[in-house]
Amino acid sequence: MPRTPHSAPATRQPHDDPGPGARSVHQKPGPDTLLATDDLVIDIPGRPPGAPLELTVDPGQCWGILGPNGAGKSTLLQTLAGLRAARAGRIDIKGQGISTLPRAELARRLGLVFQTHHDGFPATVLETALIGRHPYLRPWDIETAEDYARARAALAEMDLADLEDRMVDTLSGGERQRLAIATVLTQDPSLLLLDEPTSQLDLHHQVAVLNRVQAIVAQEHRAAVLVLHDVNLAARYCDHLLLLFPDGQACWGPTATMLVPSALERLYNQPLSVGEVDGLPVFLPRSE
Amino acid sequence: MTRSFLLATAVLLPASLLAILIALAFGSVAIAPADLLAVVAGDGSRLHDTLVLELRLPRALAAFAAGGLLGLAGALMQVLLRNPLADPYVLGLSGGASVGALLAMLAGLSMFSVSLAAFAGALLSTVIVFGLAHGTGSWTPTRLLLTGVVVAAGWGAMISFLLAVSPTAELPGMLYWLMGDVSHARNPYPAWIVLVLVVLLALPLGRTLNVLARGPMQAAALGVAVRPVEWSIYIAAALITATAVMQVGAVGFVGLIVPHMLRLIFGNDQRVILPASALGGGILLTLADTLARTMIAPEQLPVGVITAMLGVPVFLFLLYRSR
Repeated sequence: MPRTPHSAPATRQPHDDPGPGARSVHQKPGPDTLLATDDLVIDIPGRPPGAPLELTVDPGQCWGILGPNGAGKSTLLQTLAGLRAARAGRIDIKGQGISTLPRAELARRLGLVFQTHHDGFPATVLETALIGRHPYLRPWDIETAEDYARARAALAEMDLADLEDRMVDTLSGGERQRLAIATVLTQDPSLLLLDEPTSQLDLHHQVAVLNRVQAIVAQEHRAAVLVLHDVNLAARYCDHLLLLFPDGQACWGPTATMLVPSALERLYNQPLSVGEVDGLPVFLPRSE
Repeated sequence: MTRSFLLATAVLLPASLLAILIALAFGSVAIAPADLLAVVAGDGSRLHDTLVLELRLPRALAAFAAGGLLGLAGALMQVLLRNPLADPYVLGLSGGASVGALLAMLAGLSMFSVSLAAFAGALLSTVIVFGLAHGTGSWTPTRLLLTGVVVAAGWGAMISFLLAVSPTAELPGMLYWLMGDVSHARNPYPAWIVLVLVVLLALPLGRTLNVLARGPMQAAALGVAVRPVEWSIYIAAALITATAVMQVGAVGFVGLIVPHMLRLIFGNDQRVILPASALGGGILLTLADTLARTMIAPEQLPVGVITAMLGVPVFLFLLYRSR
């Protein structure tokens, strides 16, 4: 988008500011659409309803959800995964209403990586990755060699191949997070929902995970929705952004139209400096 | 998974048979292997026939079934509460059963009615704990555990009260029941039917339970209908514990240590651990009851004393070793 690097906050350029409610590009769902929401209002207990969301996630797209703490990013992701009831509206996964889909079928269509991981029960790394095959197996089925191969391949992609016999509770935070991603890679759904997948990772693994997500999305009939806290990673890896403002407002559209400094400053209630590296905008917090 | 399943079968099935043979051979009168073989073949002496087939076999089978039920209930409760050290009695089940049984004894009812009262008491406690733990919100393992512990303390007070007001002549029978006793279990077959049925029903659920052990949210994201599965486990565990308690009284520690030790050997796959816990529990209680019958023969010890003496140090050791 036409924007001068190092420009002053763009508050004086209202036409450049998507602002709340400015539904930049509202795409109509097509026959291939993986995820479509119709006037979706998520349910955050004790809070007034936010703006209704009309999202359309098509194959090949990588969406980023940005917003401050408590804006409802995780709640939205879990609602999209069918784990929470919405306050209003409708969610379609591959053209079918989410409430009409059996749980196992839903788990073949979409996979969710949670922000936090609870391990109440001892298990090895390989066993944990292998449960990603659960939605594909009938009650009496036993995991085949192919299921094991998929789990091992996913562990290898997340640099965990050497740890497959380790107990999960001995892993570091970053290793645990990579294991959760390896589990969803083993699950291999069409739609990946990742809640802050890079929050505990070192720089190398952040890039590795997001490169992997990008490669998956480039495959046929795949898409991803990521909650991210790093605007710059979102700018680099996501082609669409959804901004969830603290007051319940929201706006969404192609990344280029969303990365407006004034909107981001309002989003995080934080003044930003804008630069440019490798042709991409870079946002840094500015201390007053 | 297949390998550890076969390994568990290859170890535990012969061990089960051996445990029952040991129970048949030992007692106030020891029977030599040759004589035991003769009884099995159908040409033993009358004394041996009576001893083995009419006295020891039903008792060994009852002990095995009750132990199997307790082992299985322990394995199920541990998955449900996502706590490897949970116990089938955490829901206050044994306390409820004990109060039911003691009341029936006080009323001078038959042993059969005492068993029924124990069953009813166990289920009543389950309903109370579940209802209270459910409360206004959804229940969490911690809340269920704490509610169970407090309700169990309440039952404990009622047990002390009943013992205090009971006539002295009734006390030995009551104490035996409280400590767990196989001697009055004469018809092992209903317990066997329940045991086989629940194992067969639980087997196809095994992988689902593996997923559930990773947490309810993760399980739901992987296509598990969490609420119905948790309810089924809860009801199944309560029913089989009540069935076991009805047979042998409040025998402790079987459901706690058996699944835990098996997990150390065979890993954490519920498809292996559930049937293995049934066999392992059966083996443990059968051997413990044989010990209870022979240690101070011709007098008998309550079997619960033996399982507790074995269980307490094992449990403390495991707890000490865990984080």
